[in-house]
Parts: sequence; structure tokens; C-alpha cells
Amino acid sequence: MSEESSCNNGVNVAALLEAREALTAAPEAAQFKWRATCNWENGTHSSSKVEGFFGLGEEQKHIKEYAFDADHPEIFASEDKGVTPVEFVLVGLASCLTAGIAAVAQNRDIQLKSVKATLEAPMDIQGILGIDSDVRNGFDGVTVNYDIDADASQEDIEALVAQSQKRSAVYDIVTNPTNVTVNVK
Amino acid sequence: MSGTVDTIVIGAGHVGLAVSHCLSECSIEHVVLERGEVANSWRHERWDSLTLLTPNWQSRLPGFCYSGDEPDGFMSVPELIEFIDEYAVVSKAPVRTQTTVNCLSHESGLYSVATNQGNWHSRSVVIASGACNLPAVPRIRDDLGDDIDVVTPYEYRNPEQLREGKVLVVGASATGLQLADEIHRSGRAVTIAVGEHVRLPRTYRGRDIQWWMHSAGVLDEGIKDVDDINRARNLPSPQLVGSHERQILDLNAMSDAGIKLFGRLMGVRDGVAQFSGSFKNVCALADLKMGRLLDTIDEWAASSPDAATFEPPERFANTRVEKSPRLALDLDAEGFKTVLFATGYKSDYSWLDLPVLDRKGKIRHREGVVDVPGLYVAGLPFLRRRKSSFIHGTEDDVRYVTGHLESFLSG
Repeated sequence: MSEESSCNNGVNVAALLEAREALTAAPEAAQFKWRATCNWENGTHSSSKVEGFFGLGEEQKHIKEYAFDADHPEIFASEDKGVTPVEFVLVGLASCLTAGIAAVAQNRDIQLKSVKATLEAPMDIQGILGIDSDVRNGFDGVTVNYDIDADASQEDIEALVAQSQKRSAVYDIVTNPTNVTVNVK
Repeated sequence: MSGTVDTIVIGAGHVGLAVSHCLSECSIEHVVLERGEVANSWRHERWDSLTLLTPNWQSRLPGFCYSGDEPDGFMSVPELIEFIDEYAVVSKAPVRTQTTVNCLSHESGLYSVATNQGNWHSRSVVIASGACNLPAVPRIRDDLGDDIDVVTPYEYRNPEQLREGKVLVVGASATGLQLADEIHRSGRAVTIAVGEHVRLPRTYRGRDIQWWMHSAGVLDEGIKDVDDINRARNLPSPQLVGSHERQILDLNAMSDAGIKLFGRLMGVRDGVAQFSGSFKNVCALADLKMGRLLDTIDEWAASSPDAATFEPPERFANTRVEKSPRLALDLDAEGFKTVLFATGYKSDYSWLDLPVLDRKGKIRHREGVVDVPGLYVAGLPFLRRRKSSFIHGTEDDVRYVTGHLESFLSG
């Protein structure tokens, strides 16, 4: 497999497969908790931070703290100090699927040259504005268009993209219902 | 009845009888314990219209094979029961019917089998009690209202059992599609919730798909030939039906008939069923996988000495999915009366008092050899090879298992 091949997408598949085997034997270590904090700044502007998470039985940290500004564009009478929260969802989906494509390609011995995703999600904002209660708040749907250059047939590339959806956390979060509990201290 | 023998075989279905045949060949003294009658699950736990997914020429067991005049036909369940009954007689299997195993335990090198008809002891045991004892139903069933009838293929016999009204079939395996099709024909509107599935054409290039998979060696693939044996063992049954018409039973055929297709059923809340938005992808995965299988078959066909006799390669239209499939269904408001969970079966090991089950309740084994000395299992999907699920896959598996068992007894 990957050891014998010259294919290199920068994914350490051997380590991933090793982790998979280890976690099959010790399912409790596979229990992760992802975290973020968010502070209101002003108006619709907020800043979120991500650093710690829980996994492999203990507290873990990214190599540094990451910060994200979210806001709304000027046509919503906001100051546009960051992307909108719904655009963060698109970013999450695209980056999750793209990471999956790289990992699956490495495992299948496919050298990627370029992978570009373009996302579009129509939304009727009559929902969030409370104009029409029959209109949902969220996206009507999401379209992800991939443009992939790789040493593989069109069919193999389609299979990469399909497999990456099958194994993607954010794809699952977006396509399937999730219980959300919001508490106030 | 009770006693001590070299080997106890649990279950007198086709697999238990095949084990018995091979044990007799090596003169290993044994008994086959059967809770009901020979071929009990086929007799009492399957639906009326069921036929085998494999053609008759593939109906063969160690020392026995189909001898009728329709090698390309498909056995109905009564025909299969007759076939297995005859095998039991021909192979002189020492079957004890109406003997339910209540407990299997192991102490100081001896197995104890407690039954409703007394206790048996042996140095080795082969579990051949089957992979399809109980319906595997997702927990979602508990969230359905009392006004909805919940049915599984275990109780289902024919559409007349069901109340008038719409039916939601959960699952798109051979079972799900076959039942959706016949319920739809009975005049009840049917919707199928489609998760991951295996798409296969009944016939390809003028021959049965089983012939191609057999000839191209696909069915002989073993554990070393697949990336993930767990996945291979848990695949849903392929979308096939064994019928005289040899029709293709796929999601496009369902759509053509007027059956509605939704994504995988993910939950039910306040009477509203919620479906996954991943429907397009599960169809794309199945289309791509079928394409890869047909590529494999075409490659084999091209290199075959009979290449000139085959019809030309063909490809099938991708699965049609509506642009925006619905994600929710108010079951009561839309007139649904029945939800049929065609979500697979599982083994019943409630009688097994040995530490051999994994956390999913399946027996840990290596090609049928369980890690307690002298204990074996046969008749599970992909026990050793892809064909293990099929009747003709029994012989290879059972010969391997009984060979190992013979060395164990003499070792």
C-alpha cells in the first residue's frame, strides 16, 4: 500500500489505520468532546475561540488557540467584521469533505494534484426574519462542486468524493438531525 | 435423550447438516441438536413469496446437489425445505429434533449442552444455529406512535396481513425491495427509506449475475482479499430477486412502479419521521460499486477463452434521485399505518454461556475457529469467503471447519 508507493498527499495513512485498530480494541478512548467558546463583541459581531478538546482519555490542545470573527455583511446593516455563521457551516463542510478526500486518496494510492470545492447554499431569509413561518431558517439545500486533478480515472475520483461523504462528520451533522441543548447559567 | 459424543452440532439447517455430513465422512461420532424440525427457520420464520437469490445449479451441499430439470430457476421456500429434508435423509444425519439448547458451557475440556430433552457432553461443538434468528430493528421503533403497526420480515408473511393504508419500508436490501414491491402490488402506497445498499443486476451480458460472480472468482474472495472484513460481513443483501421473469429489482424499478424513495430513516419525533439528506450519496456509492464489479467481470470476460460467446458489455442508468428529496414525513397525517423494518437479522446467542462474543454480540472467530479450543461456528456471512452467505458457499467453509476440528480431536 502507501509504503510501497510514491503517492504522497501529506496524509499519514499508516498512523490513521493504526489509530483505527487501537480504537477498535479500546472504544472508550474513541470518545471525544469538541469545544468552542464565543464572546459577543458588538452588534452582530462575535468572536469565537477554539483551543482545547477531549480525546484518547484525556484533555488535549491544538498547538495554539485559534480565533474566528463572525458578523453579517453591510446589507444587513452590520459592520461585516467576519463571515456569517452560515458561511462557517459551509467552511466546515468543505474542509471536512476535502480532508476526507485527501485521506481516502492516500489510502487508495491516488496522487492528488489539486482539489477545489465551490459551495453554494440557497436560503430564503423570510424564515430568519419571521416573515413566513412556513419557510425554514436554514439552507434549502447545499451544493458542493468539486474540481479535482489527480492521477486517477473519473470514476475513481467520483468514488473518492462519495467515500469522503460517507466518512465525514460535518456531512453527517448537516444531513442528519442532532439534538441540541442550549442552557443558560 | 442425553449422552457423550465427540462433537455436538447445534442446528439442523443446511449448514448443520453439511457439518454432519463431513463429520460422518471422517467417522467422528456426533449428534445434531435441533430446536424444531430440519430447516426450521425456513419453515417457520420466512415470508410466503421468498425464493433463493441463487439459481438452482448453485444449490449444492457436500455430497448433494440439485437434480431437477430447471438449473436456471430459483427455489421457493417449500422447494428448499424439501431439498434440505432430502439431504438430511440421504446423509443419514443423526438429528435430534424438538431439542432446544438452553445452555452451552465449557469446563475442564468438556462442553456441556443443556437442552429441554436432557444434557449432552462433548469435546467439541459446532454452532450452526444461523445468522438470521432475530430481526435487527433500530431503536427508532420505540419512538413510533401506538397507532402505527411495526412489522419485521420475521412475522411478515404476505401483504394481506397489513392494515389498509400507506406503508413505510425501512431498508433497501433484497428483503426491503422484494417486500416493498409486493406490498405496492397489493394496492397499498409504499415509501422506502433507503440507507446504504448493494445494487446488482439480475442478468448481465445475457447471463445470471451469480454465474458471472462465480466464474470471475468474486464469490471466492477470502478474508485477505478485502480491506475491512467487518464491513464485508455486515453488507446488506444485494438487491436481487429470484424469479421466473428474472427482473431487475433496483431503486429505478421501484420508482418506475410508483414507489417513493426517501433517505435513511434517522429518527421519529412527535410522529414525524426524519430522513437523512445523504440519499444522493448512498445511491452514488451503490452505483459506483456496481460499476466496479461490472468492470471486474468485463476484465475477466475479455480474458476468457469463451470471450466471443458473451454478449457485449452494458452499463445501467445511475439511480434516479429527485432534486430535493423530502426530509420529513408526518406519518399519521399522511395516512401511514405500517412501518416495516427490513433492517436485517442477527443471531440469537442467549443460550451461549461462554466468553466468545464481541461487544456487538457477534461470535469472535477466525474463519469459523472460535478462540475456545474445540468450539467452531459455521454459516455466518463471509465466514471465510464472500460466498459464505450462499448455500453453495457452505461446503468450503464446512470442510475447513471440520478439518480443523478433526485435527483438534486427534491432537
